[in-house]
Amino acid sequence: MAQQRVPTTPTTNHENRAFWEAADEQQFMIGHCRACNEPHFYPRALCPFCFSDETELRQASGEGHIYAVSVMRRAPVPYALAYVTLAEGPVMMTNIVNCDFDALAIGQAVEVTFQASEDGTKVPVFQPV
Amino acid sequence: MTASKAYIAGAFEHPTRKAEGKSLAQLYGEVAKGALEDAGLTHHDVDGFFCDTEAPGLGPLSLVDYLGLNVRHVDNTDTGGSAYLLHVAHAAQAIAAGKCSVALIVLAGRPRTSGQNAEPPVDWNVPDMTFELPYGPLVVNTYGLCASRHMYEYGTTSEQLAWIKVAASHHASHNPNAMLRKIVTVEDVLESPMISDPLHRLDCCVVSDGGGALLVVSEEIARELKRPKVRLIGSGEAVKHQNGGRIDLSHSAATEAGKIAFGEARITPADIKYASIYDSFTITLLMQIEDLGLCQKGKGGAFVADGGLISGQGRLAVNTDGGGLCNNHPNNRGGITKIIEAVRQLRGEAHSAVQVPNCDLALASGMGGWMGSRHGSGVVILERAD
Ligand SMILES: [Zn+2]
Repeated sequence: MAQQRVPTTPTTNHENRAFWEAADEQQFMIGHCRACNEPHFYPRALCPFCFSDETELRQASGEGHIYAVSVMRRAPVPYALAYVTLAEGPVMMTNIVNCDFDALAIGQAVEVTFQASEDGTKVPVFQPV
Repeated sequence: MTASKAYIAGAFEHPTRKAEGKSLAQLYGEVAKGALEDAGLTHHDVDGFFCDTEAPGLGPLSLVDYLGLNVRHVDNTDTGGSAYLLHVAHAAQAIAAGKCSVALIVLAGRPRTSGQNAEPPVDWNVPDMTFELPYGPLVVNTYGLCASRHMYEYGTTSEQLAWIKVAASHHASHNPNAMLRKIVTVEDVLESPMISDPLHRLDCCVVSDGGGALLVVSEEIARELKRPKVRLIGSGEAVKHQNGGRIDLSHSAATEAGKIAFGEARITPADIKYASIYDSFTITLLMQIEDLGLCQKGKGGAFVADGGLISGQGRLAVNTDGGGLCNNHPNNRGGITKIIEAVRQLRGEAHSAVQVPNCDLALASGMGGWMGSRHGSGVVILERAD
């Protein structure tokens, strides 16, 4: 496997810290609203659909498929930026890792994995199943 | 909403593309002066001022003083490169409300000389970006996401995207100020280095210094001026984002903005004789041309192919100045040059090789921010009024 880009370590705040702390423990969470029962991404204090403050983090399956992908070739270490449609519904921005960039395709099944960022904190990324 | 009574009375594009030996404020001064001279007005006539949030000195504060203006209305609405389309619309609204009668809109920048890149400073307080920045989203690869999805959904090809650059290069070959004046072929685009799939280097716009300015005036003022009259008859604005994860890259905010603008102007896309369409990347233009209804959704590739956008020979003359792809993208913000070329076309003052005959209705469309994640669209429809 060629060298892989190291994700930037997120600077967190009170609202999003729980998501990143869970990720560091290799748990992949998404936002969920108890009022309208809809999942959302990114997780936040107010539901973007019904504006309730009854939101919480729920562990997601970590399964999904590629919605869109662009391999950044002109970078010190090329990397695949992607949107992944999660099995739960929401689409999120991520990287596809541990793969042959030239073989990536929209619709391809992927699963969550965790990659150490610059300071070692793990962040969720995806790899082909 | 009734048709606006506002007119674009002055338009000026700075001729420079590399502003060595000039300060940023000086560029603002030169574009303001250029637009005022074009209109036949003086800085004493200006009572409304519009700029983006990158203007030095907390939006309008320092520049109003630098330019020696005495204004009673200011606005620094910012949607990225499309901001100036919104400024024209907001100026017309301010004029209709009696808040001003001569609105000056300015843009200037020197990213080429200063080496400042198109990426905004990292701000972890932006709530959505915190969930993206770890993954390396840049301007080019987020537009790459749109292009990859468009190809998947509609079968659009790299060859078709390349035709957008080819058309821009044909137009730029007639523009002595254009940054890239050499005519390129589809093969040249496809053989240029891949930057972020599927966008090649020649799918990307230029980085240039310079700027531009516009004067939007009331009907009373316009009546006194000598220049051909260009009237704003419709405008629309919209933002599109990730919608809580219900991301849909199949269309842009131009769909909504265009609908509003055409409704206000009471015309249809088929009536448009000339279009300036934001071209930060080839895919940016392609998606807008579909979303505005200038061609069928998903058929943009076929519409732009085989010289479809070349003035005089194609299906619709688009970006006859060479656009952001070949002419100018001052301060990484291309919206103002879109309006300026539309004004030239309506006045009959475009280069004779690219002038659309009897051009009486034109559209300018801007796309600011990141089309793949969050963006702002502004559309104006202009008519020749005499
Ligand atoms: Zn809800």
